[in-house]
Amino acid sequence: MIKVRVEFLGGLDVVFSKQRVHDLTIDAEELSMQGLIDYIVQNLITNKNDVDVFLEDDNIRPGIITLINDTDWELEGEMEYEVCDGDVISFTSTLHGG
Amino acid sequence: MSWVRPTDPVNVPKKLKVSQLCEICHSRKAVLKRPKNLQKVCKECFFYVFETEIHNTIVSNNVFYRGERVAIGASGGKDSTVLAYLIKLLNERHNYGIDITLLSVDEGIVGYRDDSLATVMRNQKQYNLPLEIVSFKELYDWTMDEIVAVAGIRNSCTYCGIFRRQSLDRGAEKLEIQHVITGHNADDMAETVLMNILRGDIARLEKSTAIITQSKGSPIKRSKPFKYAYQKEIVLYAHYKKLDYFSTECTYAPEAFRGTARELMKNLEAVRPSCIIDIIHSGENLVLKDENERKKKQFTKNKNQEKATSAKKSTFVDGNRCEKCGYLSSNKICKACTLLADLEKSRSKITLENDTSMEGAARVMRTLEHLSF
Ligand code: SF4
Ligand SMILES: [Zn+2]
Ligand SMILES: [Zn+2]
Repeated sequence: MIKVRVEFLGGLDVVFSKQRVHDLTIDAEELSMQGLIDYIVQNLITNKNDVDVFLEDDNIRPGIITLINDTDWELEGEMEYEVCDGDVISFTSTLHGG
Repeated sequence: MSWVRPTDPVNVPKKLKVSQLCEICHSRKAVLKRPKNLQKVCKECFFYVFETEIHNTIVSNNVFYRGERVAIGASGGKDSTVLAYLIKLLNERHNYGIDITLLSVDEGIVGYRDDSLATVMRNQKQYNLPLEIVSFKELYDWTMDEIVAVAGIRNSCTYCGIFRRQSLDRGAEKLEIQHVITGHNADDMAETVLMNILRGDIARLEKSTAIITQSKGSPIKRSKPFKYAYQKEIVLYAHYKKLDYFSTECTYAPEAFRGTARELMKNLEAVRPSCIIDIIHSGENLVLKDENERKKKQFTKNKNQEKATSAKKSTFVDGNRCEKCGYLSSNKICKACTLLADLEKSRSKITLENDTSMEGAARVMRTLEHLSF
């Protein structure tokens, strides 16, 4: 079991039932960021047409900042990062509002 | 909708590798790689360099003078929220000696602007700054909601943009402030440069990279202290500082963030982050020929087709005033007044239609009159 807190900020919450904070308990021994993102797409996006607000070509859409425990995920190995119990992972859109 | 403070991480790495350290202080964990130079920095060093760069931009361009009164165009969004926070901070830290007021425009969009104004009002308290709100309704007797009802959703941003620009000026004038600063950032500017190049809009291209702009004859100047600040860093700054900003998309622009020049920019940035600053520098270095010479050439070229209008046009340059409202305009009647006149026409038409449909009896009579036996 891996407990992880996922946050959708900067207006991204619109495609996640307007809920910014999601506390997830994922039944797995190991979980990579790729696995977490697959989980998010399958379980948290209510309308499948909204997937491309979050992803582009199977990667996080450019313009969304992904932070792992407040560190830019590009410093943490991106999709290969192994998610740890208690991690806080946030996705912040820089494209919304202004 | 109220604001939710982002969660502070609880998992802290125990042992740091040298490659994970900040390249400035070499002691704390790096949290981001700066897009403009790929330097890895920790939170504290990021705050310091980001704030210092904005300060340097302000000082080297003489953006403010001591004793100046300045209005910050505040929408409650990320850029203007960070701007308000930072300008207040830098004014205190470096003693600019400026007097700051928040200036907001209420376009009258239910479910969007009323929420974002609530954010501005919280900011006002958080930063302890005076706030002035001017509304489309009071200035033009139209809310954006009413405009969309008669003019349709497709043109909403055209109306909104023109009225907002004028409203900020009018708000500043009301406060007797002659300097409005806005949160336009490097991404916005690079996007504008790209669009003006794509459109071949030479006149705008020259203006688009200026940090301070002022029209001839206008008492109000505008400036963009975030000209060189990346959108990504502004958002991260707001995130790490836990600033309260509003990020709901406007009701009339549900698709605005898809398939735009912004998208092109984001994809370019993903490949090479420095491209945003590079595009701005390109825009700045595109030195154009003397304006008069260019106009002369163009004039001879388009002489025939422009003959009819040229005499009228050449007498109205930037610096004239609108005959109707007195606002600065390059035409006899300013854009806002032209749009307003169109709107009034549609309003009376719609009122008429509504009247007939409401007066059921009269309508039946008229329908009967048209029936021929
Ligand atoms: S998106 Fe909304 S607020 Fe922005 S210009 Fe268009 S109508 Fe106005
Ligand atoms: Zn550091
Ligand atoms: Zn006018």
